[in-house]
Amino acid sequence: MSDVLVFAEHLQGNLTDSTFELLGKGRELAQTTGGHLIAALLGKGVEPLTEQMGVAHKVVMVEHQQLAAFNPEAYAIALKAVVQSLNPSIILIPYTSMGMDLASALSADLGIPLAAYVSEVKIEDGTLMTVSQMYGGKVNVESEFSGNPKIVSVLAGAFPAEAGKVEGTPVIETMEAPNALANLRVTFKQWIEPEGGDVDITQQDVLVSIGRGIQSQENIPMVEELARKLGGALSASRPIIDNKWLPKSRQVGKSGLKVKPRLYLALGISGAPEHIEGMKDAELIIAVNSDPNAPIFEYAHYGVVGDLFDLLPILKEKLGG
Amino acid sequence: MHIIVPLRQVPDLVEDLEIDASGKDLDREWLKYKMNEFDDHALEEALLLKEEVGGAVTAVALDGGEVDKLLFTAAAKGADRLVKVRGDFPTPLNSHAMARALAGAIQGLDYDLILTGVQAVDELDGQVGVLLAHYLGIPHVSVVTDVQVHDGKAVVHKEYAGGVMGEFDVILPAVLGIQAARQTPRYAPVSRVRMAMRKSTIEEVSAEASAEGAPDIRKLFKPEKGAGAQMLEGSPEAVAEKIIHILKEKGIVQ
Amino acid sequence: MPVDPKQIRAKDKVVVDGIELTSDWNRMFDQRPVFDYDVEVLEKIAGIPGAESMAWCYQCAQCVPVCPVNEVGDYGPRKIYRRLQLGIDLIPDEELWKCTTCMHCLRVCPKDVNMIDIMPAVREEAVMEGHVPPELQEVFENTFEYGNPLGESPRKRADWAKDAGVPVPLMKEKKKADILWFVECYPSYHPRGKETSVALAKVLHALGVDFGILGVEEKCSCDSQRLAGERGLFEEFAEENIKTFSKYQFNTILVTDPHALNAFKKEYPKLGGRYHVVHYTTFLAPLIDRLEYRNTLNYRVTFHDPCYLGRHHGEYDAPRRILNRLPGVELVEMWRCRQNSFCCGGGGGGMWLDGFMADHVRERLSENRVREAVETGAQVLAVCCPYEISRFEDAVKSTGNEGKLMVKDIIELVVEAMGA
Ligand SMILES: Cc1cc2nc3c(=O)[nH]c(=O)nc-3n(C[C@H](O)[C@H](O)[C@H](O)COP(=O)(O)OP(=O)(O)OC[C@H]3O[C@@H](n4cnc5c(N)ncnc54)[C@H](O)[C@@H]3O)c2cc1C
Ligand code: SF4
Ligand code: SF4
Repeated sequence: MSDVLVFAEHLQGNLTDSTFELLGKGRELAQTTGGHLIAALLGKGVEPLTEQMGVAHKVVMVEHQQLAAFNPEAYAIALKAVVQSLNPSIILIPYTSMGMDLASALSADLGIPLAAYVSEVKIEDGTLMTVSQMYGGKVNVESEFSGNPKIVSVLAGAFPAEAGKVEGTPVIETMEAPNALANLRVTFKQWIEPEGGDVDITQQDVLVSIGRGIQSQENIPMVEELARKLGGALSASRPIIDNKWLPKSRQVGKSGLKVKPRLYLALGISGAPEHIEGMKDAELIIAVNSDPNAPIFEYAHYGVVGDLFDLLPILKEKLGG
Repeated sequence: MHIIVPLRQVPDLVEDLEIDASGKDLDREWLKYKMNEFDDHALEEALLLKEEVGGAVTAVALDGGEVDKLLFTAAAKGADRLVKVRGDFPTPLNSHAMARALAGAIQGLDYDLILTGVQAVDELDGQVGVLLAHYLGIPHVSVVTDVQVHDGKAVVHKEYAGGVMGEFDVILPAVLGIQAARQTPRYAPVSRVRMAMRKSTIEEVSAEASAEGAPDIRKLFKPEKGAGAQMLEGSPEAVAEKIIHILKEKGIVQ
Repeated sequence: MPVDPKQIRAKDKVVVDGIELTSDWNRMFDQRPVFDYDVEVLEKIAGIPGAESMAWCYQCAQCVPVCPVNEVGDYGPRKIYRRLQLGIDLIPDEELWKCTTCMHCLRVCPKDVNMIDIMPAVREEAVMEGHVPPELQEVFENTFEYGNPLGESPRKRADWAKDAGVPVPLMKEKKKADILWFVECYPSYHPRGKETSVALAKVLHALGVDFGILGVEEKCSCDSQRLAGERGLFEEFAEENIKTFSKYQFNTILVTDPHALNAFKKEYPKLGGRYHVVHYTTFLAPLIDRLEYRNTLNYRVTFHDPCYLGRHHGEYDAPRRILNRLPGVELVEMWRCRQNSFCCGGGGGGMWLDGFMADHVRERLSENRVREAVETGAQVLAVCCPYEISRFEDAVKSTGNEGKLMVKDIIELVVEAMGA
């Protein structure tokens, strides 16, 4: 009744970061509710993954051929069965491609309330409280839930993943796969790997963006490395594209692409209105510029006045391998 | 092939959003509404499918805001039928209520496929498309980037983090949450929109909707953010530390 | 699209309008073959209302050397005609989007082939058929949604006036004024444009002009959107603006933007809106000596004639008269000036096709022009069209002339001289 259930998301054989983020948070919540942290692991031959879920008290596995790869219909059926048998108080599901299909399906199917876009979860005086980042991050909504269970669909990166990467020996339990899995309307066919070719900067979570402050083409590999360390890609203001230092597909702005990454790190970009038009909706903008009056600082969340060449090597070093 | 595309109006983020006196909703008096951008992609994909396999596209929208302009714009782009759903809806309209109202309206229409935008900026309580599928009792796939239909089924691509995709067969009818149409949504020339305003008709149906399924809203508040950047000062060493701290806090680096 | 040589059909004999022509007839020094063209495509394009003059071209080529786009690429009405003659349809053709409607070709064309009418007419067909460059599509959508091409909040249209330091009255409150100042979009929203609006407000105030602005009631004049093929959008907002104008009493509309001047003078009358309209330089030139100047500027200044003020509306003198009266200004001319002025590249939709054009030209028109301005030895490039200030400032940087040339609106120079 007071247990916390986490949907353990895995993609092509690996648990995702979101899973660890939720497991870490789930453990903290379970401590408050006085219940257990239970991970729902759906799949086929996924037992080895349980070794990484030490933070959970218990892992409930459902194994079936139809669960081998994610399938919105099959996973919703299996997760519903787990929820019905365990009757947890809180269900944590990542707000990701898989989670989007599951959280709303479960809410509609079982008639239980759901909060999405969640960036904060707390229990205050026995009441579960969430904060959702709505309207493109412009307004936050604080909500509360009465009754059990309830579903919380959490944004990627909302909590630290470290807290979910703890050694331990959870109880492993296998639940029988529901019969309904024999009769599905959605069938998984195959994986399709993304095509090579240049990256699509509109789809990147992290963009390291360079402007004329980068000074010469020789300096580009250095920032490329930084982008790689941050798990992102390089984009640029127009002069860099004019100089043919990067292809047109990397241009941000009015006559380039509009981007909304989670991080936009602007290095040596002045912030002309035509550039701002393309990146002002980024969730987090950090600007480095030697000119304290550069207009980019009016749009950035954080600013650094200084020489980007002083900062860059140190930043890279601190980020490690 | 009958395709239904529910079109939603969402607050336009170009305007500054204000919170009303109750603290529990946006100040809607001055709110400007706009078509949910993902719905525009859903409409585009529907029109492309119609061009490929024939059939008709019906645009459905709940009453309120600038719903007529929204529907006429859909007609200008090529939608064949326009349906406005009226009813005594709760305000603010949450995803559950919207999905129930749409389900009520769509039940009475012919359809093989429903395409919705994968998400919207105001979906506090989940994806309208997925909820709608459940209220209609049909399957759904979200985050779809490619759709083909033949022999009563759809072959779709669902995208995951990092760009890898899963290919699925889906028996129709079904709801697909469209992430991106195969091409940029087409332009509706204003003279076509004006023509649609004169020539097209909007059918009206009524539906009911309960808001159950959402959490209780305590309050709305704006994230702390002053005008202009917060400056990070100190030696390059110290600044790098601060940046990494911020990135960790936001979960961008581990 | 390169021309397929097979489309050029050389013959000994053709029949035109029932008359047989042989190549014997077509000789100068030598016998030359005659050519037989399938004119279906040409007739289709010339059949579009407004585009009739396309068919009148007799390939004299006078337009090519004056065409600014040809200066940095490969263009001109003659070349468009030739492609049509060879059966290349202009509607899906990228060539359709290169013309800035600068009107230089019309000035020299003996046959009155008029790109100012041809371009919007053919582009309108292209827009209807869905051939719109994506950058432009976004601008159309922004304009329809927000009433300005920048996609800014319509509620903030008059926010610039808060920083003006002088009262900027609203027509809504005044109801009646001698001058209705139509500010237009870039001067309302673009950071550099806003600075020029503040400057003009100061000057109007200093002159004691009885004026008012429309504020949030003002909608884009949409002249450039019309020239880029969105006639419906133009009409939608023209009807709204005409309705708004009709609520107030005024004698004259003052415009900052020569594109708005064009809309009000040439297009609004067709929709029933007839007004006395002046560009701010025309308005200011006779009053310039009434201002007091505290500063001597010590600038060598060169002036860029905006296409839509000069060639389109014949105003070459007023801006020069103002500049010549400012203390310490030495006006030097670029060699391409007045009727022969070069285009900044922003007209006819060019403002919103920067990315598209980059694939078709060696350098931007604005960059070509900035180099010319630098050659005069001027420290200031003076402008009086809101598109130019952002285009030229950007071009000063991209041509590596930072620190050598400043770009200023004439009204900013006036305020600088006033010391206001
Ligand atoms: C119609 C039109 C369309 C346009 N479209 C686009 C577009 O889509 N995208 C776009 O980006 N631009 C566009 N532009 C160009 C735009 O106006 C600017 O010229 C351009 O964005 C400037 O790029 P930048 O910031 O890299 O260069 P600059 O403005 O030259 O800025 C360089 C910055 O680097 C800083 N700097 C220098 N050295 C260092 C150092 N060592 N460390 C830290 N900082 C340093 C300087 O202080 C300066 O602020 C367009 C312009 C026009 C007119
Ligand atoms: S100047 Fe006129 S007639 Fe001569 S080639 Fe150009 S368009 Fe044709
Ligand atoms: S109007 Fe100007 S840009 Fe267009 S074809 Fe004529 S000269 Fe060239």
